[in-house]
Amino acid sequence: MIAQGTAPALKYTAQNDAAEAIHVENLHKRFGELHVLKGVSLSARDGEVIAIIGGSGSGKSTLLRCINCLENPTSGIVRVNGEEIRMKADSHGHTVPADRRQIERIRSKLGMVFQNFNLWSHMTLIENVIEVPVHVLGVKRDVAIAEAEKLLARVGLAEKRDVYPAYLSGGQQQRAAIARALAINPRVMLFDEPTSALDPELIGEVLKVIGDLAREGRTMVLVTHEMKFAREVATHVVYLYNGLVEEEGPPEQIFGAPKSERLKQFIRNIG
Amino acid sequence: MARIIELLSPTPPGWGGTLLVGLLHSVEIAAGAFGLGLVIGICGAYGKLYGGPVVRDLLAVYTTIVRAVPELVLILLLYYAGTDLINQLLTAMGYQRIDISGLVAGIAVLGFVQGAYSTEVMRGAILAIPQGQIEAARAYGMSPGLLLRRITLPAMLPFAIPGLANLWLIATKDTALLAVVGFFELTLATRQAAGVTKAYLTFFLAAGVIYLLLTLVSNLIIGRIEVWARRGMPSLKEAR
Repeated sequence: MIAQGTAPALKYTAQNDAAEAIHVENLHKRFGELHVLKGVSLSARDGEVIAIIGGSGSGKSTLLRCINCLENPTSGIVRVNGEEIRMKADSHGHTVPADRRQIERIRSKLGMVFQNFNLWSHMTLIENVIEVPVHVLGVKRDVAIAEAEKLLARVGLAEKRDVYPAYLSGGQQQRAAIARALAINPRVMLFDEPTSALDPELIGEVLKVIGDLAREGRTMVLVTHEMKFAREVATHVVYLYNGLVEEEGPPEQIFGAPKSERLKQFIRNIG
Repeated sequence: MARIIELLSPTPPGWGGTLLVGLLHSVEIAAGAFGLGLVIGICGAYGKLYGGPVVRDLLAVYTTIVRAVPELVLILLLYYAGTDLINQLLTAMGYQRIDISGLVAGIAVLGFVQGAYSTEVMRGAILAIPQGQIEAARAYGMSPGLLLRRITLPAMLPFAIPGLANLWLIATKDTALLAVVGFFELTLATRQAAGVTKAYLTFFLAAGVIYLLLTLVSNLIIGRIEVWARRGMPSLKEAR
């Protein structure tokens, strides 16, 4: 385990000796005729920040969603914390998780942050944050509330604890969603384009929170369009093109000296 | 005027007490049927949305037939045929015939009808929930039962309440149909009182007023529930 708060110094040594939190191997995903992922592999060790970049339709969100089986991979291996997700074929020939309890257990260790926040609209912020600890993880309510208050304060929303999500800005909702993810003390945080639905002036406040988490050594897999941000916080960048890893490496290499023509063009277009 | 008051007095020789007992039975049946309808509705909606092809087909047959056949016909059919069927089954299995109480039969019959409408109301309401909220619950490891209890039901409530409120009001009035099978509810009580005293106008007007009051009180309570269910939603007035 890497000491928290010293991640930048250990940025690259992390890859060698830290335990592997996420391991994806030769992952395929088909939606009917559409072959979205065509054999993708990915690894995230403790303390690493993996940024997945790529154009629209490259399969980057699908890849992230296969890690916690929000999408069921058609074939391939997904290991979380060293534990392989067991899959089986259902009566229609679709691949589905073999054991619902296993998938629920694994999901409760992965803190997911969505593009559209997806806070529960009938709950106040504090209720949103304690929901999973209390009802899924079995934490005592008063303990969960004390922890949730700290987390809300940390993302700058302490005074909004009793407000319903609909009354908040997108940036505030996304910060609350990050607090909700932190509340389960996740082994890995999964970010699915966390700033894509935000107004430009609200992006900064959310990136700041995510950046702070990265710097304190949180393990993360981050799908993003924010190239500058990816360059700053990522320890490893994966460029997906048309369902395959076109190029990957440390951010300096990906953004500073890309090899593939497609990646060069992608960076030119988006930058 | 004095005669009307005397007729409606809650103590004999007035018939007010009889009407109130009828009202009580009506409310009991309506509440029971509505509750049973809710349970059937939740299961039905889940089955229609997430069930396999066989479950979906069966539910389609159920909701189509119940909503196609006049309720009075269904009540007669289910009440007589249903109790007969149960007793035939019991005798065939070597048990004694049983007397099914009017209350239980009434709740079962009306609940069965309510369930078909309720299924469609709930299905629509579940479909109106932003899917991301369901997805977030799955992503955090909620089991299907927990997800239903903590997320789906409370999140769909604001969308279901207008439809369910309609169903509740229909349930209160459908109880009157049970008069035809001899169940002692408000309408039958009224007919009895009117028949004996020949004061038809007085008693049927009184019954009308009682049904109206029931609706008004219901609206009051439903309004409260709706405000509570919509607690996370900005009011439309503010958005204007």
